[in-house]
Amino acid sequence: MGKKGIETMVGLFVLLGMLGLVFLALKAANLGSVSGGDTYMVQARFDNIGGLKVRAPVRSAGVTVGRVTAIELDAKTYLGVVRMEVQRAYQFPKDSSAKILTAGLLGDQYVGLEPGADEKVLAAGDVIKQTQSAVVLENLIGQFLYNKAADSGTAGAKP
Amino acid sequence: MMAVNWLARLGAIALEQFRGWGHAAFFLAELLASLPAALRRLWLVVAQVHAIGNRSLVIIMASGLAVGFVLALQMYYALVTYGAAESLGLIVNLALVRELGPVVTGLLFAGRAGTSLTAEIGLMKAGEQLAAMELMAIDTKERVLAPRLIGGILSMPILAILFSAIGILGAYVVAVLLIGVDAGNFWSIMQTQVDVWRDVGNGLVKATVFGAICTYVALYQGHETEATPEGVAYATTRTVVISSLWILGMDFILTALMFSTP
Repeated sequence: MGKKGIETMVGLFVLLGMLGLVFLALKAANLGSVSGGDTYMVQARFDNIGGLKVRAPVRSAGVTVGRVTAIELDAKTYLGVVRMEVQRAYQFPKDSSAKILTAGLLGDQYVGLEPGADEKVLAAGDVIKQTQSAVVLENLIGQFLYNKAADSGTAGAKP
Repeated sequence: MMAVNWLARLGAIALEQFRGWGHAAFFLAELLASLPAALRRLWLVVAQVHAIGNRSLVIIMASGLAVGFVLALQMYYALVTYGAAESLGLIVNLALVRELGPVVTGLLFAGRAGTSLTAEIGLMKAGEQLAAMELMAIDTKERVLAPRLIGGILSMPILAILFSAIGILGAYVVAVLLIGVDAGNFWSIMQTQVDVWRDVGNGLVKATVFGAICTYVALYQGHETEATPEGVAYATTRTVVISSLWILGMDFILTALMFSTP
């Protein structure tokens, strides 16, 4: 094979590699679903973020509207600070609330945004005031046991 | 007296081993130093990408397809018990992109491209072509070895990407077209869970590292071979064994570094 032939073959090889990478990035991974376009950052503070991870989706009415970009612990209040980027196309009222929810029974955790009724909308850098922490199974069981014990305690004291 | 002899022999073996490592490290340093000069002769690199990359394409793509088929079949049998057959795409994707893509491609690369490099360099040495070039004041590292190293480092990530991509397509064929898993779920679960930078990107880094290791081992074995038919035969065998062990060992280290943090 001549020099030109080899160059053509190598060109095809590299092109094939590029196509493979584009396939992996857009079809088989999530580069396509993250709009690189206009987003604004909002924060929310939670007592407990549970198993929330960076890059977890932010959903409203089940539709993905953004992603979690950073999670840190506030050194003063000991609250988990979750920063998220929401697509500019979606404007939420200022009194919207954020919950940490679980997809399905065993699925990953995500932030659910529930719109409020305020006329002003959330701006970049705003903090979402109303939050509901992740449900931690151990706390739930603990509470259940405590209630049971309290019930049986009062039941025993009555007669 | 026996014990002293035995101890002396052990010491000699250890010293010989250290000398070998030192020699290999020195060889690597010289090779790295001649990389910029080799990059100025781009045509030599292109020819090597053809010899190393293009010619490995058939075996890599066929293996990728087969691995995709088999993974999808086996995963389906296991997952359908738990009613989680939709996650099949995700599992196949992560297994291929993170681990099997770089590692299996690396092992095949050592077998296909590594051995041919060792045999080529070894025969050049046996035919005294390398010595003749040096007599003509041609730097064999710049002219012969470095372009091959660059060619290997460039080809390996492309081959690994193609392996993973073809594997995922193979899994799609088995799971969606033959078994009847829902196509929308197959792709969407993949897209929400697989991250481009963490999963695909780290797989690429792994593949590049394995490519560098394989090519270097092949070149070193070829260059240091005993200049006899038997010597070349041993050298090609050693290339496969040593590269494979390095790939398996490095894979563990790289995986621990890349995926340990949440």
